[in-house]
Amino acid sequence: MYRVKEYVIPKSIEECANLLQKNKRSRLIAGNLFLRMTSADIPLAIDLSGCGLDYIREESDGTLRLGAMCSLRTLETSPLLRRYCGGIISRSVGEIIGTQFRNLATVGASVFSKYGFSDVITPLLACNARVRLFAQGELTLEAFLKQPRTRDLLVEIILPAGNAAGAFSNFRNSKGDFSLLNVASVRTETGYRIAVGARPMCAALAYGAMEQLARDPAAVSLAARTAAEELCFGSNMRASAQYRRQLCAVLCQRTLIETNEV
Amino acid sequence: MQFTIIINGKPTCCEAAPETPLLETLRNAGIHSVRSGCESANCGICTVWLDEKPVLSCSVPTARADGRRVTTVEGMGEEAAAVADALAAEGADQCGYCAPGLIMGILAMKRELVSPTDEEIVHYLNGNLCRCTGYHSQLRAIRSLFRHEPKT
Ligand SMILES: Cc1cc2nc3c(=O)[nH]c(=O)nc-3n(C[C@H](O)[C@H](O)[C@H](O)COP(=O)(O)OP(=O)(O)OC[C@H]3O[C@@H](n4cnc5c(N)ncnc54)[C@H](O)[C@@H]3O)c2cc1C
Repeated sequence: MYRVKEYVIPKSIEECANLLQKNKRSRLIAGNLFLRMTSADIPLAIDLSGCGLDYIREESDGTLRLGAMCSLRTLETSPLLRRYCGGIISRSVGEIIGTQFRNLATVGASVFSKYGFSDVITPLLACNARVRLFAQGELTLEAFLKQPRTRDLLVEIILPAGNAAGAFSNFRNSKGDFSLLNVASVRTETGYRIAVGARPMCAALAYGAMEQLARDPAAVSLAARTAAEELCFGSNMRASAQYRRQLCAVLCQRTLIETNEV
Repeated sequence: MQFTIIINGKPTCCEAAPETPLLETLRNAGIHSVRSGCESANCGICTVWLDEKPVLSCSVPTARADGRRVTTVEGMGEEAAAVADALAAEGADQCGYCAPGLIMGILAMKRELVSPTDEEIVHYLNGNLCRCTGYHSQLRAIRSLFRHEPKT
């Protein structure tokens, strides 16, 4: 468990961001689930729970905004998200540990930390989400995942308006464990987006497979095999890279079939 | 630092470092039903309610509970006793270590879900691990509490 010299709960995002920039060794505290496992000495802990970032808002044009401090449980149960893209964001988080865990873990920390095992980044990437960082401003989630780590505050995640079809599928060795692979696919009027995560590297889009489907939406098994071939996979204690590659083709095919059925 | 936490309806003055897990602060305040399990947010043994929502007290910094309502089985009186009786009647309570956290989870579920299916019960309580009784007897006990035939 970490030790803190000073602990503050600011009332505004601006104050949080200023404190973060002023004190280079300060840390933002969100759900505290990952942080609590570190043993650092933190001179200034900036608790994000007081600055009103726990919201899901629908704009008049249908755009959805998810505040960084939204808990995974809020994502799971939100009627708006349960309808959005086949409910893939809600589905992706529903099996993470338990209800009391998901009441604490936040979407902002999950995305900002770019965890390789993340279940929620994968559907967000498939939905073509954007992120808004306090200092850097707005950029696509895809660009954010590719850029090097910066010292910033993730304010919100923005989901484009639209009535897309989507599906999410993942595989765990046991309940409560990390996914050893997860896949999300989304079909809009302009084409398909397929994201594969927990490879165990952070989620990425399968561009080759997406192009194949743009040419022929029925070529599901070919696209699934292409995704498995084009992406990199790694080995860890949960599964080998070879196993993940095989699994990728299966999960891609499943999600694409489900996406096309809608 | 000094914090005032409304523990089971009673404003309680607690002395703790702000980052101290709420679990530790509650035990220091004499709330001994709240127990330490994995301390890595996996097992659900330390479950309490923070403003009516079940959370893992091992992971909540005490500073975040300042001025807020924390509820434990001690504060649930007859309602908690009824759940404990149902668990005992089905042989779902062996060493009892996980029982307070499980009871707080079940009572939270009762407030959120109406006539849950077996699947919904298992889903809701997935984060409450028990290492000796097994889950079938717990499920029977919970079904009896909701008094419904399981929808399969
Ligand atoms: C036991 C365990 C099992 C898990 N299993 C899964 C799983 O199966 N699938 C899955 O997807 N995830 C899983 N997770 C990860 C979890 O879902 C969260 O992503 C993780 O706990 C971080 O969220 P938090 O709110 O607890 O962040 P914290 O622990 O509070 O913070 C984590 C990091 O993010 C920084 N941070 C927090 N918020 C912001 C922000 N808004 N802007 C910038 N930086 C920020 C913090 O400074 C810190 O460095 C697991 C975590 C644990 C502890």
